[in-house]
Amino acid sequence: MQRPGMWFALPAAALLVIFFAYPLAVSLLQSFFSTRGGVSTFVGLDQYTRMFRDPLVLESLGNALLILVVQVPIMIALAVGLAYLLNQAWLRFRSGFRLITFLPAITTLVAYSVVFRVMMTTDGGLLNQALALFGAAPIDWLNNEWWARVAVIASITWRWTGYNMVIILAGLQAIPPELYEAARIDGAGRWQTFWHVVVPQLRPVLIFTSVTSTIGALQLFDENFILTGGGPNNATLTPVLYLYKIGFQQFDFGYANAIAWMLVVLTAIIAVIQFRIMREKP
Amino acid sequence: MSTQLITTGRPRRTGVPARSREPLLRRLVLRGPVYLLMVGASILALVPFLWMVIASTHKTSDLFVTPLPLLPGGEFWQNLGRLQETIGFGQVMLNSVLVAVLYTIFSSIVSVMCGYGLATYRFRGRGVLLGAILVTMMIPMQVLLVPLFQMMASVGWIDSYQALIVPFLANAFGIFLMRQGFLDFPTTLIEAARIDGASELRTFYRIVLPVARPQIAALIIYTFISQWNSFIWPLLMLNTEDKYTIPVALNTMIGLSRVDYSGLMLGSLLATLPLFILFLVFQKQFVAGLLGGAVKG
Repeated sequence: MQRPGMWFALPAAALLVIFFAYPLAVSLLQSFFSTRGGVSTFVGLDQYTRMFRDPLVLESLGNALLILVVQVPIMIALAVGLAYLLNQAWLRFRSGFRLITFLPAITTLVAYSVVFRVMMTTDGGLLNQALALFGAAPIDWLNNEWWARVAVIASITWRWTGYNMVIILAGLQAIPPELYEAARIDGAGRWQTFWHVVVPQLRPVLIFTSVTSTIGALQLFDENFILTGGGPNNATLTPVLYLYKIGFQQFDFGYANAIAWMLVVLTAIIAVIQFRIMREKP
Repeated sequence: MSTQLITTGRPRRTGVPARSREPLLRRLVLRGPVYLLMVGASILALVPFLWMVIASTHKTSDLFVTPLPLLPGGEFWQNLGRLQETIGFGQVMLNSVLVAVLYTIFSSIVSVMCGYGLATYRFRGRGVLLGAILVTMMIPMQVLLVPLFQMMASVGWIDSYQALIVPFLANAFGIFLMRQGFLDFPTTLIEAARIDGASELRTFYRIVLPVARPQIAALIIYTFISQWNSFIWPLLMLNTEDKYTIPVALNTMIGLSRVDYSGLMLGSLLATLPLFILFLVFQKQFVAGLLGGAVKG
């Protein structure tokens, strides 16, 4: 049975060659050229060494790293906590709570960013008015370097916690009830059960959600583009946002391609780390 | 693994069993805070939605006063009218629907076919193709922005819907999702059809597709959402206002010198509404599609 399989796979294979493999090769090739002013000249690895000297590349990577180190752990911890509580048999309105906490995950990225941008308006925005109820002074969310970072982190956390919660919840439901039973017979308390039964069982799911969130943080664009445009003072500039500016505002295609390949390499490193962690048994 | 967990109201036996022998008071002390937490989390999740609804029915000037309006107002139709005037919202919505529907139809066909081929047949190049698809899933799409942009420019597709649809028809994630789905497919059904003398295409069409319907529904929803949300690529490709999709149009509104905030909120609401409806109607497939096989993995 040779033929039919090939025919079924042919459209996808052809499309992948034309619109993926070919542009991928072009992008790699172009990253060794300088295309300024419409003339291409071979520059070897110059575009890559240029990245190390470009403060904005470092700034954008630093911002991505900040989100990685701060936002991803907070979100995963929140998602685990929520999922664990939402999996308690005694909890009433469980399905209602699950539905509501999942809702942010269905919003269109640009739309929810717009809503957060409006809510985070400094003068009279919903968030500052809510803070005022507690006597807090208004915060310049989107125009102060650090608050802008907080704003981005808060928005992404709002959007993605419920999404991760559902993945983790599915992982929790795959834990056989006998394990809880055995833990109880062994005299384990709630916390002991959580740390020694639940968390080890969730390991693959936790690795999966952390890695997808990490890759997501590295490829952040929509939220920052809408909320802050990467500002103020590039405080929320992300690698993809920078790629966009270099490629499509300065039309420096060679450099943009080099930045893109830096992203490819970083993503590959994360994937390899994930593979390593997955393979070794706890 | 079941993903309808979001909505089943029936008690499940899989949850953490309650420690029912504990005294009532201790149970209340432990459980009270959990309910408080749940209510708090629900409020945090809901406020942006509620504000979107309220704000889109008020004047822009009412959105930043103290106290803020807490109930929907009567400005919905005026806001909608203004939205139509400034960005031609009806057209924009139609564009988004058109692009997303066309993309979903063709991309799903490609994914289902390829996934079925990979899962059911052995053929030369199968391993290579499968490997290529796995690699494609790992490579950030952003690396294609510049070369695809140049490609679209050279074939004159800039500012066209082909440019939004065609380059992404082979969706590695969708193909992989289908391949995993078809691996579990009962081969006896296919064998039986073959013995009855049905052609491969007929078997696929009459036997396989109907049985695989739930997975395909998840794929369709996943594909639709990914195109509906798509922003950076349409932003690069489209430059005529009456061709904009919703995310691009919303972005344009932010850039105007006098931002129409209630119009923006209404636009955001209407951009979310189709997904919301899809979610309410097809909850199970929606969650499966959104998680894209993550749960199954």
